[in-house]
Amino acid sequence: MIDKKWIGHELPTSVLPIERSRLQFFAKAIGETDPVYTDIVAARNAGYPDLPAPATFLFAAELDSGASDRLLADLQIPIAKLLHGEQSFTYHKAACVGDTVSVQSRITDIYDKKNGALEFVVKTSRATNQRNELVAELRSVIVCRH
Amino acid sequence: MNPPTFDTVQVGDQLPVLQLPPVDRTTLALFAGASGDHNPIHIDTDVARRAGMPDVFAQGMLGMAWLARLITGWVPQRQLRRFDARFQGITQLGNAIRCSGHVVEKLEHQGERCVRVELRSENQFGQAKIVGEALVALP
Repeated sequence: MIDKKWIGHELPTSVLPIERSRLQFFAKAIGETDPVYTDIVAARNAGYPDLPAPATFLFAAELDSGASDRLLADLQIPIAKLLHGEQSFTYHKAACVGDTVSVQSRITDIYDKKNGALEFVVKTSRATNQRNELVAELRSVIVCRH
Repeated sequence: MNPPTFDTVQVGDQLPVLQLPPVDRTTLALFAGASGDHNPIHIDTDVARRAGMPDVFAQGMLGMAWLARLITGWVPQRQLRRFDARFQGITQLGNAIRCSGHVVEKLEHQGERCVRVELRSENQFGQAKIVGEALVALP
């Protein structure tokens, strides 16, 4: 069982610089064809200062930093048992190339279902930019299946 | 197609469907690198089999990124206020994912005219992979 003492645990802040080549790579990987995500002229014509981060891109922050791996290790969830249950984003402000986004998360709930056969960890995050403006709020539900 | 506006959009309206090609190993490898999700269960068959899976399978966030493409193919991303996904099933190699959505409610949210859209991604056999919801502001 995952120790409920982790409820309230704050993860170290993950800092993600938004870089053009990374966004272009991400666009290629998801088959994105809208030039606003790959072409700076199209992005500027759409009113952005540079390429915007796609809607789900900020999830990369805690993967890049290692905070996600560290959390799984702390909670003793092996990757073979890990499932992504739910993911939510609430958007406040665009993140574009040149911005540096900081993601700060805490564990807000841990519970189980089916007599412990499935355990759930809820993580909520705030993503802010270099001007300390709120960019997005994220909520993840991680599932450990036994 | 004219950009959707609050007055022209009606409950029940369908978003233009986004049909993806079948998932292959290259797609998973590229997404691993681009997304930062280096979990080998998605890119290394040996690791997937040791975990009891028949083979590598798609990252959940790849499916969510495709659903985001469905939304931003309909309205500019700056109009997206909220995006929720519940992962329903594993997307296997060879699955050709179809993303669809329809308007279920017109509402005012924090002083803005918005619509609530129900989202679904499924494979070619009609099995749900993600169900979700988006809140979109419309001019």
